[in-house]
Amino acid sequence: MAAPGGFSGSDFKAEETVFLGFTRTQLIAFLVMVAVIAVSPFFLYPVFLMKVLCFALFACAFNLLIGYVGLLSFGHAAYFGMGGYLAGHAAKVWGFTPEIAVLIGGAVGALLGLVIGWIAIRRQGIYFAMITLAFAQMVYFFCVQAAFTGGEDGIQAIPRGNLFGVIPLSADITMYWVTAAVFLLGFLFIHRTIHSPFGMVLKSIRENEPRATSLGYRTDDYKLVAFVLSAMLSGVAGGIKSIVFGIATLTDVFWTMSGEVVLMSLVGGLGTIFGPVVGAAVIITMQNYLAEFGAWVTVIQGVIFVLCVLAFRRGIVGEIGNWLRVRL
Amino acid sequence: MDEIFGIPAPLLFGQLLLGLINGAFYALLSLGLAVIFGMLNVINFTHGAQFMLGAFVAWAMLNFLGLGYWWALLLAPIVVGLFGVLLERTMISKLYKLDHLYGLLLTFGVGLIIEGLVRNEFGSSGLPYRIPPELSGAWDLGFMFMPVYRGWVVIVALVACIATWLVIERTRIGSYLRAATENPALVQAFGINVPRMMTLTYGAGVALAAFAGVLAAPIYSVNPQMGSNLIIIVFAVVVIGGMGSILGSVLTGFGLGIVEGLTKVFYPEASATVIFVVMAIVLLLRPAGLFGRA
Repeated sequence: MAAPGGFSGSDFKAEETVFLGFTRTQLIAFLVMVAVIAVSPFFLYPVFLMKVLCFALFACAFNLLIGYVGLLSFGHAAYFGMGGYLAGHAAKVWGFTPEIAVLIGGAVGALLGLVIGWIAIRRQGIYFAMITLAFAQMVYFFCVQAAFTGGEDGIQAIPRGNLFGVIPLSADITMYWVTAAVFLLGFLFIHRTIHSPFGMVLKSIRENEPRATSLGYRTDDYKLVAFVLSAMLSGVAGGIKSIVFGIATLTDVFWTMSGEVVLMSLVGGLGTIFGPVVGAAVIITMQNYLAEFGAWVTVIQGVIFVLCVLAFRRGIVGEIGNWLRVRL
Repeated sequence: MDEIFGIPAPLLFGQLLLGLINGAFYALLSLGLAVIFGMLNVINFTHGAQFMLGAFVAWAMLNFLGLGYWWALLLAPIVVGLFGVLLERTMISKLYKLDHLYGLLLTFGVGLIIEGLVRNEFGSSGLPYRIPPELSGAWDLGFMFMPVYRGWVVIVALVACIATWLVIERTRIGSYLRAATENPALVQAFGINVPRMMTLTYGAGVALAAFAGVLAAPIYSVNPQMGSNLIIIVFAVVVIGGMGSILGSVLTGFGLGIVEGLTKVFYPEASATVIFVVMAIVLLLRPAGLFGRA
């Protein structure tokens, strides 16, 4: 029995896929998104856009778990923050080129996800959320004490370096195209994962885990692989964020960051492919404009949480999809 | 008896006492979480904010109304508990038919709102709350000096835990509660107003958190983050103990406080993370928790 009002996307008749596993509507939406990414740096501040893209990738990675496996991780800041720290350390202290540094960030995220995921998938539902939150707090305390993270100061002045050792990234617009490429690769990777046979098994676990088990799937293995993929992409997102902004701090590993990524996915639409991207854009824009109001940002985020849960559970993209009767 | 395992005795006993006090708060808060979860199937992420609210209400009563510690101990839980009742009636009760995770997200959002509002009003730095004169000073126990207030906290927390256990296990209303936890539909069919019981249970759990907040006010500085820092550790405590048993939560709470205190003596670097390590070990060996039902 599927839980009523669960975190699944809307159930519409399956459309034919036309390209790369996209349905016709999804392909149009994807092309619109690519067009927006291509055009916007000519109108908007590239550093702001890069922040949106980093968080969009982070939110997409988070959504892979909640939207397609039904696992609510409340500790994704750990993978994002540690990915950021290690990528920053690799670029600054070890002198790696940015692409290697970001890959190291992803690898750290994956490794951490493997250890934490292996333990956390022993419990389900709210226990899973509490366990992931607790482990993320443990990672936070580790980062407070460890020497390489720089404690309260964080790692500062991380060099952007030269891509592949040849293309300098110091210009914001060059950095923007690289960030956009990383985001699109991550996005397509997640999309491909969801629409693979592996992704179908994940969705069956979300809908009815006992039945998936009875059909002979080792659901724990599937959940762990999904968890590691999600953590890896969160690490990549954290890594590229460190390279873009030249800084990695405790904020990125704190529990509030875990809450923010949940909020982004919720606002955009849990279990939709494009929802987390829209949600990240909305929340980052809001933070940008409300930054001067200090603690009011927290209050407003809380209010959005409450409103979304009480009245707006499909999120922005989910509502649009429901209105157009398509899966987005 | 100056040294035990090469550790000066006053240091060891001092940390043990601190551990016992932290454990008292873990026990009170995890008890409230367990009672709420048993009845409502909602994990109350606002619990930390409500604990903090208890401390702030006590501070506000003293500074705006001139009502001291003893009044706060009585009134703050009632005020915050009523707020909980309102919250349950207007919001949480709308979510019972949905996936349980929505309750978690809602209460998390409410926690953010409360914490943000309090920080706007009072700032992030702590406010002082004086120990009441009746409870200041220290007892000489022979092997160490024991601040009276700290002993008081441990004893009152124990009494509150035992009282909660007695109410749930030994009274008529407690038997309704246990029955409704097992099978709400059947209990409702017997003519008991289950929705009202859920509201009252939530209010009582929240009041317990606020009570802990008042107890904590003179020990920790009263600040907006005091709840969220504590509640994540309490979540780990709840995972370790399992939410199936009242006595289980209490024992786990005090036990882990002591473990934490001892870690501060023998290996201080790990004192912030030891509870999470215990959680990992328990999950590997007994995934349902020490007192949980699988």
